[in-house]
Amino acid sequence: MKKTKYHIAVTGLNNTDNPGPGIPVIRSLRESKDFDVRIIGLAYENLEPGIYMPDMVDKTYQIPYPSSGMDSLLKRIEYIHSRERLDVIIPNFDAELYSFIQSKERLKAIGIKTFLPTIDQFEERQKTNLGKYGQKYGIKVPMSKVIVHRHDIEQLKESFEYPLLVKGKFYDAYLAYSEEQVKSHFDRISAKWGMPVIIQEFIRGTEVNVIALGDGLGNTVGAVPMRKQYITDKGKAWGGVTIANDSMLELTRDLIKKTQWQGGMELELIKTMNNEYFLIEINPRIPAWVYLAVAAGQNLPEALVKLALGLNPPPFLNYKVGKMFIRYSYDLIGDISQFGALSVSGEM
Amino acid sequence: MKKLDYERPIINKVNAGMPDKFGMSTRVPVISHIEGVAITDIMKQFGSPIYVISEPCIRETFQQAQKAFLSRYPRVQFAWSYKTNYLNAVCKIFHSEGAWAEVVSGFEYTKAIENGIPGNQIIFNGPDKSREDLERAIKDGAMIHLDSLDEFYYLGELAHKLDKKANVGLRINLDAGIYPKWDRFGFNLENGEAWNVLNRVMLHEYMVLLGLHTHMGTYITSVNAYAVATRKMADLTNRLFRKYKYELKYLDLGGGFASKNTLKGAYLPGSDTCPSFDDYAEAITSVLLDSELPPERLPLLILESGRALVDDSGFMLGSVLANKRLADGRRATVIDIGVNMLFTSFWYDHEVLPTQLKSEQTENTTIYGPLCMNIDVIREAVQFPLLQRGDAVVIPRIGAYNMTQWMQFIKLRPPVLLIDTDKQIHLIRKKETNEQFNAMENVPEHLKG
Amino acid sequence: MKLKKNIAISENGFLFNPETGDSFILNPIGKEILNQLKEGQSVTDIKQLLLERYDVDLVSLEKNMEDFLVILQHHGLLDR
Repeated sequence: MKKTKYHIAVTGLNNTDNPGPGIPVIRSLRESKDFDVRIIGLAYENLEPGIYMPDMVDKTYQIPYPSSGMDSLLKRIEYIHSRERLDVIIPNFDAELYSFIQSKERLKAIGIKTFLPTIDQFEERQKTNLGKYGQKYGIKVPMSKVIVHRHDIEQLKESFEYPLLVKGKFYDAYLAYSEEQVKSHFDRISAKWGMPVIIQEFIRGTEVNVIALGDGLGNTVGAVPMRKQYITDKGKAWGGVTIANDSMLELTRDLIKKTQWQGGMELELIKTMNNEYFLIEINPRIPAWVYLAVAAGQNLPEALVKLALGLNPPPFLNYKVGKMFIRYSYDLIGDISQFGALSVSGEM
Repeated sequence: MKKLDYERPIINKVNAGMPDKFGMSTRVPVISHIEGVAITDIMKQFGSPIYVISEPCIRETFQQAQKAFLSRYPRVQFAWSYKTNYLNAVCKIFHSEGAWAEVVSGFEYTKAIENGIPGNQIIFNGPDKSREDLERAIKDGAMIHLDSLDEFYYLGELAHKLDKKANVGLRINLDAGIYPKWDRFGFNLENGEAWNVLNRVMLHEYMVLLGLHTHMGTYITSVNAYAVATRKMADLTNRLFRKYKYELKYLDLGGGFASKNTLKGAYLPGSDTCPSFDDYAEAITSVLLDSELPPERLPLLILESGRALVDDSGFMLGSVLANKRLADGRRATVIDIGVNMLFTSFWYDHEVLPTQLKSEQTENTTIYGPLCMNIDVIREAVQFPLLQRGDAVVIPRIGAYNMTQWMQFIKLRPPVLLIDTDKQIHLIRKKETNEQFNAMENVPEHLKG
Repeated sequence: MKLKKNIAISENGFLFNPETGDSFILNPIGKEILNQLKEGQSVTDIKQLLLERYDVDLVSLEKNMEDFLVILQHHGLLDR
């Protein structure tokens, strides 16, 4: 029987040394046994490598940055939809998620499906709320305090031990061993990311991650734990291996059940010497290492597409332990005329 | 042979990484009319630059806000925040829609009285209330919101002397999980200061406690912060009832609702992130209804929203003075609207729009005001069409704070127009004149001649 | 005033400067002017041509051409 062909738009084609999940998601979808795909790449920048990689996208359209407003983003997507008849959009950038989540209904109205967390799920897991989040859902989180003044730093010693982490609202985290260092990190981070600055207890241990997919009703459709083997200077995994870890899976299933999480997610956890797990961050989307999960037996992007389309994919019950990924870089050869065509017309 | 439509030649550098606007067909929006009145006609008659306020827009916005709250909670009262825009015509529109007055100085208080608002519908906030101000407020029965312990004692003294009870509300600052925390106004809740002062007011012979007031900050996009603040205020109301069996008349949740303008440095535009009145109303009223306050004791809910009610109704019209090419190749356009008349450009990325477009082409442009001052920048970098000298520009959403925080600096302040619901244009504030300015000054004898 | 040699302008208005590796996008009239410059036409001739073809007055055209040439120079695309 001929497989149905779905038209799926994917963002995050920035397959750089700090990769977006777009290309791994596309790879996963192309391996689906149940459906065929036409992949529409959505790119913000004209040098996103995924645009130029062979056999990945069938066509790429540039879309405006979320900062230019939801309306212009939707207008562009309506145009692309008129040409491509999109079935599903999978957004993969942190910065665009807010806009796509807010546009869910408008996209649905024109026949484009998404499978994203609700705005409440998205907002409550923000870094600055981590303490409350842990309390609400019964997960250990590092003690943290949000500060806005330099003079708050002097009082930290009453509740924190050094070293501690100084984190920005969106990005950046530095370890500080003294009040002086906290001050200098505070200045640097507040200048770059604004207020507030987050002070976080430093948990000693190993960083482990889980990729998971929630069906929005409290069920975990799939989950694979991974241990990073090597981390780049940008803090990104350069190699990782799937591990057998029931505590992590239990924690994940429990969180998805309590939050009724809808969509893909990545949990960043620290495992301490005493086998305690602390939640550091939740990324509300599929992470860039998703293809490792596929290789281990759980094609989560495929399942996400099925969920978006209202097909009920059966939950994945197991995965192969000891599957490993190693990232590499590779110089693609293109021609300036390709770059020119994309730059002039916004399509390629 | 008919000639081809002309547009000026443009060459834009493609920066790797940066998406180019050409392929994207992003259109610059155009505003050619305000409430059906052509901007070219307005400018022909009244010149440039000029402020325009839309009366229908104010009324619609107010009614939307009122409906959002009244459909969820039985007793709601808006009080117009005078400092946001205290042009009398504007205040009168809000008052005619049923708003009380919220003032923060004797000057504003006088305005409110002259606009026909009785003292018992005036909320008197702020740290600076003079002896005359307070005496008048006591006599008028205005709601005096105490800001400090010093003010508490001073008010008590004055009321005693006048032998008249003062109507009092307490300004409370609290932690609702937002930054910055405005702890400089009123009394802090978490450290017990507010409770302490409440007890003093309750026991004071010359004070009647009518309500509690908080105002967390400005441009607050987190509706949850309002839920937190409301919960804390409701708890305090209950605590007061438990101790004194005393029913507060009102809870004043202040203002601070965001407008659709985009803050500088914000990643997403304000039009995407600004909650609706319904969102705010849902957060505030559901907490009140779910609280332990019994239905028969539900206090009047007072709101002092300013920005969110009036920002959209204001437009600034101006014109292009010159186009320039800066030394580094960037395009600059100089317009006759400066930061002295558009104070909010210090914190907003205001949209600057053409009134007509001859071409879709845009270029990365810096928009400068007319002042001979380096700070006079309206937009640092914006994709802007090339307009010619004399072409009109419109800056929408400027109704809040600009017509109160404006400065007479280098130039005189421009006139303000109101377009009413019948599209009639009224001059509601005249252009300032040199004579008026000089009349305020006095040159000592020895410098004359 | 001449356009630098080797500068490639494609049909769609994309310009590539092989000497520096810079890329640019032109609007149609910009492309037309550059093509004329490339063919060695003088600025005066080009202006005359544009005046005949387009609905534009001399002052505006002069201002725009001057600005355009300044920016071409700024981007290092002209041989002076």
